[in-house]
Amino acid sequence: MTTKKEEKKETYYDSIIKQGYSRRDFMKFATYITAYMGLESTMVGQVAKALETTHRVPIIWEHFQECTCCSESFIRSDHPIVADIILDKVSLDYTMTLMAASGHQAEAAKKATMDKYKGEYILCVEGSVPLGDDGNYCCIAGRSAKEILLEAAEGAKAIIAWGSCACNGCVQAASPNPTNATPIHKIIKNKPIIKVPGCPPIGEVMAGVVVHMVTFGRLPELDRIGRPKAFYAKRVHDSCYRRPYYDAGLFAETFDDQNAKNGYCLYKLGCKGPMTYNACGTIKWNNGVSYPIQSGHGCIGCSEANFWDNGPFYKRIAKVPGFNEEGLADDIGKVAAGVIAGGLAVHAIAANVSKRKELKSRIDRGKANEHNIDS
Amino acid sequence: MEKTRNFKRVYVWEIPVRIFHWINVLALIILVLSGFLIANPPAILSSSEATNLHSFGIVRFLHFTAAYIFFFIMILRVYWAFVGNRFASWRAFWPFTKKNWNNFWHVMKIDIMLMNDKEEDVTKISIGHNSVATLSYIVMFVLALVQVCTGFALYADMSSWWLPKLFSWVTPLLGGDFMVRNIHHTAMWLFIFFAMVHIYLVFYHDWLEGRGEVSSMFGGYKFVSEERIKHAHDEDEVEIKDDKEIVAAK
Repeated sequence: MTTKKEEKKETYYDSIIKQGYSRRDFMKFATYITAYMGLESTMVGQVAKALETTHRVPIIWEHFQECTCCSESFIRSDHPIVADIILDKVSLDYTMTLMAASGHQAEAAKKATMDKYKGEYILCVEGSVPLGDDGNYCCIAGRSAKEILLEAAEGAKAIIAWGSCACNGCVQAASPNPTNATPIHKIIKNKPIIKVPGCPPIGEVMAGVVVHMVTFGRLPELDRIGRPKAFYAKRVHDSCYRRPYYDAGLFAETFDDQNAKNGYCLYKLGCKGPMTYNACGTIKWNNGVSYPIQSGHGCIGCSEANFWDNGPFYKRIAKVPGFNEEGLADDIGKVAAGVIAGGLAVHAIAANVSKRKELKSRIDRGKANEHNIDS
Repeated sequence: MEKTRNFKRVYVWEIPVRIFHWINVLALIILVLSGFLIANPPAILSSSEATNLHSFGIVRFLHFTAAYIFFFIMILRVYWAFVGNRFASWRAFWPFTKKNWNNFWHVMKIDIMLMNDKEEDVTKISIGHNSVATLSYIVMFVLALVQVCTGFALYADMSSWWLPKLFSWVTPLLGGDFMVRNIHHTAMWLFIFFAMVHIYLVFYHDWLEGRGEVSSMFGGYKFVSEERIKHAHDEDEVEIKDDKEIVAAK
């Protein structure tokens, strides 16, 4: 691994060939990554051409409040060129967990990249930024995460927020959020931010986003909250292979019943697939081997904001907004309906007592008229 | 003994209002029942393969269909608030008038707190909605909008039509599908509570006032003391006259 300083500008293709990959490997990679980016197959040529002609885009990868599972996921994305070329050899100018340099040397390399490629580099952020207690909960090289982020974001062309930490705070932002862990978009307002949520995001998704950025030099198409549409436009539920069981009304009731063994839908076991936007059902994990639902476990909704605070993982309940777990909507609803029914019954009795004279008078008059019916 | 009061038949609820009311009732019953089933589907035992079953899909289909009907009938009612009679007009719902608040406190006193007026004043009895009712309908209208927004927001990503997609801004605003669903589910309970109180109060008024409160939503007529109607139009005479004319024409 290097903190490259050489002046000569290499294209991605140059570096890929230099690493010993054949042209055929390169074309396979271009085809594969085009498919992952959700582009048409006719775009393969354009992607290959872009990789052949564009010069590498420097990437600075910051780590704040996180567990490094995003990096782990990225380096395990299933095509070797992703890890080898995009991450290690070519583009990554600074990432403290993966670079060889350390201490002052590493910081100096980052500074050099930031100065030299001001306005050109891509800033990748893994982890949230604690704003509580002057940001002292996360300090690197004696400086707070907020300070580092602001400095690195200053000259960045765009920012990629990796994982749920950077996108929505993830577990450290769960109630009561003691460190005031804050996602990136709430701190940086003046730069384009791509959110790639998930705990971690799928490695191929991360690679797809990076390749899109470096090959086309612009942001992929984003949805309303800044996630790439290619990967986050559908719910896990909508691409789930167990979906037919859902539509048929066939559900596993417990994790060890016959229905679960039959592979029925995990909806009633708290699967959050119907509320979670991610590509798990199509791209899957670990080189497309499986994903949580395929392994018999419901989706926990890790790519959704506040997934820790949105009720239990293994139950399907509706919370009353603003209440904690006790405030199950249906429990409260049943009690309230009972109270209302009781109240109405009391009101009905009270009404008949209070208005008895009026009632009696009307009944008498009505009866009198009844006696006097003429024709 | 007091003399029986003379009542006049007054056309209160026009046909579009009644259609709105009953279609709304039907849609809400379907929405609530299918909503409960969607929230917590029953355990069905079947040896059949998923291909041969579509039970949950049907429940969802009913929910979405009823939702569309609920939404469109609501638009019809809003339209009618501008062209309908005085009881359907938006003016009847406008809360910021002195008359409205006087009526509000009168209803609170007489019908909610169950006190009795020393002397009955028929002009204080509401012919259409009373002010407490209009206020509750305004709240229900807002709640219906909440349900429409959250419901279509949840539905938007499954649909290719532009109409549900118009509501896709709701999800990010509320912070994700979890919150949207919780609000949708919680607000449903408020509809149930409303329906309970609403039905009770209709019975209450019919029972204590005997002016045709219950039947008014079928036939459209309520009965109003003759003294409240200037130039009381004697409909019986008119009917007799009409009949004679018809006979004469033949």
